[in-house]
Amino acid sequence: MIRSEILKEIAPILRDELVVCNIGIPSQELHAIDDQPTNFYMLGTMGLASSIGFGLALAQDKLVISIDGDGSVLTNLGTLPTIGNNMPSNYILMIIDNGSYGSTGDQPTYAGMRTDLAAMAKAAGCENVIEVQDVDTGAKLQEVIDSGKGTVMVVKCDSGNAKMPVITMDPVVIRDRFMKAVAS
Amino acid sequence: MSIDTKIVDDLVANDVSFVTTVPCKQLAGVIEEVEARDEIFHIPSNKEDEGMGLCAGAWMGGKRPAIIMQNTAIGVTINTLATLTQYYRMPLPMIISYRGELREPVACQVEMAVHTKALLNQMHIPTYHFHKESDADELDAILKYTFMCNKPVAILTDASFWGGYGDQ
Repeated sequence: MIRSEILKEIAPILRDELVVCNIGIPSQELHAIDDQPTNFYMLGTMGLASSIGFGLALAQDKLVISIDGDGSVLTNLGTLPTIGNNMPSNYILMIIDNGSYGSTGDQPTYAGMRTDLAAMAKAAGCENVIEVQDVDTGAKLQEVIDSGKGTVMVVKCDSGNAKMPVITMDPVVIRDRFMKAVAS
Repeated sequence: MSIDTKIVDDLVANDVSFVTTVPCKQLAGVIEEVEARDEIFHIPSNKEDEGMGLCAGAWMGGKRPAIIMQNTAIGVTINTLATLTQYYRMPLPMIISYRGELREPVACQVEMAVHTKALLNQMHIPTYHFHKESDADELDAILKYTFMCNKPVAILTDASFWGGYGDQ
C-alpha cells in the first residue's frame, strides 16, 4: 500500500481526533480524502509535524495524532528525545515510513536503507513504540487509541503518491478552524 | 528582586504557561526560574525550530508560549518563523541572549551578532534590545503587544544587560 491508501483506510478513525498532518503531499492527500476542521495542515516547515502535535498534546487533554513521514522525522531527529522524555498519554506519533521523500520526487531516505526509526525512537526514550505493516494500520491505530498510551507508530509502506490538488485554504483559516475544534 | 525573577514574573503575569528553552549561560538564571515555577510548563528543546513547533502547538492548545534561546538561533529558524509562526499568524515572545555584542569574549559570536538585527528587520519581526537593566521595565508591555498582534517578537538581551561575562 502507498500512503494515500493508508490514509483512506484510517480516515474514519482520524475523523474524530485532532490531527497534525505533515507538509506537502501527505496534507494534500488527507485534505482531499476527508477534510475536517480537526485537521491541521502544514503548508511549510518540513520536519515540525511531530513537534507541533506534541506541543498541542502537552497543552490540553484531547488525543492528538501527528501524521509524519520518515524523511521529515530525519530532518528533526531532536524531536524523538523530547517526546521520549516527556510523553503524555494523549499523543500518537504516526510515522508513515515509505523510505522516500515523496513530495520531492521519491528520492530514497536513509530510513529506507540501514536506518531503523523505531529503534531510534526507542533509543531516544520512547516507551511504547510499534512497527506496523501498511495493511494492519487501521486495526493497530484503533488498538493504540484504545490503550490510552502515548505511542510512536512506524508504519512501513510502499513509496508513491496520489495525485491530489494543492491546498488553497488560507493558513489563518486552517489554524482558526482548527483552534475552534480544539477548544470545542 | 533579581532580574531573572522579574522576567519570569512578567511571563507569569501575562499568562505565559508553556516555555521551551535551549540552554544559554546568560539566560541560565531565567531558565532555572522558569523550571521552578508551578505556573509554567517547561520543556527543553534540542533545537530552536523544534521549540517553535512545540510553541505553535501549545498556542493552538490554548496556552500562551514563549521561547528562550540565543541569537545564533535566528540563523536556524528563519524558515520556521516565516512558514509557521508568521504564515499562520501566531504569537511568540522570543527572549534572546544577544551574544557577540560589547564585552563578548568569543570572536565567533560576533559573526552572527552582526547579522542578528538585519535578519530580524528583514523578517519584519518587532525587535527590542535590552542593554541596561531598566530596559526590562518594558517587558510587560512587550508581552502584551506580542499577544495583541499575534506575531513573533524578539527581545535581545546583551552582555551589558546581564552585567558582563564574569571574570573580565
